[in-house]
Amino acid sequence: MTQKLVIIGAGMASGRVIDHLTDTAPDAFDITLVNAEPRGNYNRIMLSPVLSGEKTYDDIVTHDDAFYAKHGIATRFGTAVTAIERAGKTVTVGADTLSYDKLLIATGSAPFIIPVPGRDLPGVVTYRDLDDTNAMIAAADQGGKAVVIGGGLLGLEAAAGLAERGMDVTVLHLMGHLMERQLDPAAGYLLRRDLEARGITVRTQAVTKAIIGNGRAEAVLLEDGTTLPADLVVMAVGIRPETRLATDAGLEVGRGIVVNAQMETSDPDIMAVGECVECAGQLFGLVAPLYDQAKVVAAGLTGTPAVFLPKDTATKLKVTGCDLFSAGDFADGPGREDIVFRDPGRGIYKRLVIEDDRLVGAVMYGDTADGNWFFGLIKDGTDIEPMREALIFGPAAQGGAAADPLSAVAALPPEAEICGCNGVCKGTIVSAIDGGATDLGAVRAATKASASCGTCTGLVEQLLQVTLGDGFVKPTAQPICGCTHLTHEDVRRLIKTTPLKSQEAVWQDLGWTTRNGCHVCRPAINFYLLADWPLEYRDDPQSRFVNERKHANIQKDGTFSVVPRMWGGITTPQELRAIADAADKYAVPTVKVTGGQRIDLLGVKGEDLPAIWADLNRAGLVSGHAYSKGLRTVKTCVGTDHCRFGTQDSTGLGIRLEKALWGSWTPHKVKLAVSGCPRNCAEATCKDVGIVCVDSGYQVGVAGAAGMDVKETERLADVATEQEAIDLTVAFIQLYRENAKYLDRPYKWVAKVGLDWVKARVVDDLTERQRLIDAFALSQSIYQKDPWAELAADPARFAPLADLTLEAAE
Amino acid sequence: MTGFTWLDIAAVDDIPLRGARKIKTAMGCVALFRTGPEEAFAATDRCPHKGGPLSEGIVHGQSVTCPLHNWVFDLNTGQAQGADAGSIAVHPVRVEGGRVLIDAAALLRPPAA
Ligand code: SRM
Ligand SMILES: Cc1cc2nc3c(=O)[nH]c(=O)nc-3n(C[C@H](O)[C@H](O)[C@H](O)COP(=O)(O)OP(=O)(O)OC[C@H]3O[C@@H](n4cnc5c(N)ncnc54)[C@H](O)[C@@H]3O)c2cc1C
Ligand code: SF4
Ligand code: FES
Repeated sequence: MTQKLVIIGAGMASGRVIDHLTDTAPDAFDITLVNAEPRGNYNRIMLSPVLSGEKTYDDIVTHDDAFYAKHGIATRFGTAVTAIERAGKTVTVGADTLSYDKLLIATGSAPFIIPVPGRDLPGVVTYRDLDDTNAMIAAADQGGKAVVIGGGLLGLEAAAGLAERGMDVTVLHLMGHLMERQLDPAAGYLLRRDLEARGITVRTQAVTKAIIGNGRAEAVLLEDGTTLPADLVVMAVGIRPETRLATDAGLEVGRGIVVNAQMETSDPDIMAVGECVECAGQLFGLVAPLYDQAKVVAAGLTGTPAVFLPKDTATKLKVTGCDLFSAGDFADGPGREDIVFRDPGRGIYKRLVIEDDRLVGAVMYGDTADGNWFFGLIKDGTDIEPMREALIFGPAAQGGAAADPLSAVAALPPEAEICGCNGVCKGTIVSAIDGGATDLGAVRAATKASASCGTCTGLVEQLLQVTLGDGFVKPTAQPICGCTHLTHEDVRRLIKTTPLKSQEAVWQDLGWTTRNGCHVCRPAINFYLLADWPLEYRDDPQSRFVNERKHANIQKDGTFSVVPRMWGGITTPQELRAIADAADKYAVPTVKVTGGQRIDLLGVKGEDLPAIWADLNRAGLVSGHAYSKGLRTVKTCVGTDHCRFGTQDSTGLGIRLEKALWGSWTPHKVKLAVSGCPRNCAEATCKDVGIVCVDSGYQVGVAGAAGMDVKETERLADVATEQEAIDLTVAFIQLYRENAKYLDRPYKWVAKVGLDWVKARVVDDLTERQRLIDAFALSQSIYQKDPWAELAADPARFAPLADLTLEAAE
Repeated sequence: MTGFTWLDIAAVDDIPLRGARKIKTAMGCVALFRTGPEEAFAATDRCPHKGGPLSEGIVHGQSVTCPLHNWVFDLNTGQAQGADAGSIAVHPVRVEGGRVLIDAAALLRPPAA
């Protein structure tokens, strides 16, 4: 006897169920298909090519009227099912009631709408069905600006399609990098770069506050106060399973409609399939698993129950020119190991995640040709131990084993390309070596090989070794750390010239061999980026040593010291009282006068930091940066104010210098002193910058030391006015910031570049001096602020995340 | 179940990316490290060398560097890397739906008898 099957929703999942039923049991059911959209089944994932104009709706229809007629499927398109009445086994469609023997819910998902004011304005659309797509096409025909909220798969496909149709598109993304569910930060960076190259603006960490407009959407307002004009706003921030009917009918619903492995809901006569379901605690947002589910549903309906097993899924983005692939679980969980490969020249990034000798996840950008092979290894759980070495090079590299890198280089044919940036092949390099270029620098000069991005440096060195044999001595230039073969100097130069403006850019374009650096390179790169790109780059506290992240010096017992600034060593009774009160209130075990003319409160508990800072702030005291690679102290003597020998206002100059320089980040710490006469009570002649006042003006000395090395300052210049002394100091510090290697004090850096080189820029070339002063001022406009005041406003960050000491085990 | 007691600790965004936060437990402080957008680890917050607070260290790859003397620990195994010998206790963690869950079985106080 034919049973009545009612299907709610004509989507991708139910389309598959219908295919299986019409193939295997064409006469088993009287099917009625109800769809809220005024059309039947179509290939929803191809809406993006429709939006971009590569396809039309007709191209993506999977089941047309002729199909439904031929298989006797009754259709009700354009009206939603509004209720399921389980006792009587009927559903309500508009004014009608349809009865069923078996019911299949395939209602898919609904786009998530962020609850901001203005979300209902005309001109705000979501991206789910053909109507949305047509609305976007119509808007794009008018031209203008589009803002897409959401930098996931859907948002980016919408953005690319709208850009293709000529709109000026901005993508807003809440997280730090695009498609964070599918991509790691490195791949997210490459994707962003490719999208930006096609004119799409990307703003990450952008929180939408409201959509504003008079009668229709005109702009998007962000939490940080930015207003972005918009003729069209697309919300693509996520989806949630469409479960309303099931909930109303009293079926078991979690995040989705709960089904067992046979896709049955809590009512045995009702099955569910697709994005609306939750199976084994999981939700599904891609079609591959839905197709497996559809098979199981059809099998169950025809009396041959099967089992649905959630499997890994792979994602690709359907934006031409943005080749990305991600599969499996590339982020979660312990016991895992990474293999990373980067080819900066070609913009390629691949990362494999291995656990227990199995591949569990893969992320690829730029070259995804091997994606399916890796996906196969993930799904099959293949033991990859035997091919581990060459795994990342894909199936082509399996089999032959040329393990020794030298013999591999020796075996390359002369026309093999070594330097991708400059197109230099092996033959050219070998003839240069034969012609007398016997070290890296000479090969670089003769052929340009390894002179651009530098990633082939290792290969060129191996060629030198192969060609010269024992005659080649490997150069001693020290790479920053094990994550790269590049030196600090190379990296600084490449950050400026390439240019590179984010840590992801450095890791990718300079071929870092680790996922995100290590404790040695991260602080250095963070400094280089913020010094060279003060506007574009934002300081990353997570790349700083604890003292600079906590803005206090960590002690051997894990407590901290707190040193407020005392400008030029001058203080007041009121400041001293505030310090004394703080010492009492927070039970500070040690109060010490430092060698830098100020007071150190040692032994403060980490949790108390925000509170003690707030108290000190109230008395006008700010951070003394006793912990930073930045300006520490400016020591002064009493000078003309009190001393019978004083020639100039050394205290005043010291205070002015400290006020100009505080808060800036430098390659290493910087200490200054100003003495009022050559008796030099402030010990200015052993400082990074030390000024000695004389009758005729100011002797500005630089590059002194009195720590692990002791060295007298060298004279930068003698100047007549205080303003010149300040200008020279600021210009010198900025030149140091722009050029020195991280953790070189000024005396070490000046020894490398030579005092004459410094003088030429800071003293002689007045245009360059002004440029340095302006660049420093720009940086200070961002970084000169009291970190204590900022951090004290958010004390929660200093408290433990949770306290489990009170909870007992069950 | 599986012997795990999954306890919802916080939103994963409460831990800075490539950073850490600590939680107090009956067994001492435990550091929660966020090594990737959706990837977290947990380990005791005490360095076996001289007790350095690991939650204050630089987090890189799936490792953390102790802030006091730069020992590096693999957060998968808890083993110190390179020449240093020593290890820290690690605890199972999951990130799910934007929340961090920790297996609290070993961290909770046994119920009072
Ligand atoms: C507090 C203080 C000692 C004191 O009680 O006087 C001090 C304390 C520390 N100094 Fe210093 N230095 C202090 C003045 C000095 C001076 C004298 C000066 O500033 O006039 C010097 C010699 C001048 C110089 O800077 O070279 C000095 C040369 C060093 C060095 C060696 C630097 C070098 O390049 O040779 C280090 C190690 C480093 O920075 O790598 C260091 C490092 C340290 C550290 C930060 C060690 C560390 O990394 O944890 C100490 C922090 C202790 C703590 O827990 O708070 N400290 N240190 C002084 C703070 C001055 C201030 O008010 O900010
Ligand atoms: C633009 C876009 C691009 C995508 N790209 C990809 C991709 O590249 N790869 C991939 O794997 N996946 C992609 N997806 C996801 C994929 O389309 C979905 O996973 C899939 O369509 C879900 O199928 P479904 O049958 O569960 O739901 P749907 O296809 O959404 O079908 C559900 C249908 O039920 C109807 N309905 C809902 N409630 C009722 C009701 N009460 N009464 C009657 N009818 C109702 C809806 O109108 C809808 O037509 C994309 C999605 C979109 C929107
Ligand atoms: S001299 Fe040594 S021990 Fe004394 S404060 Fe400076 S770093 Fe510490
Ligand atoms: S205490 Fe951790 S390395 Fe010394």
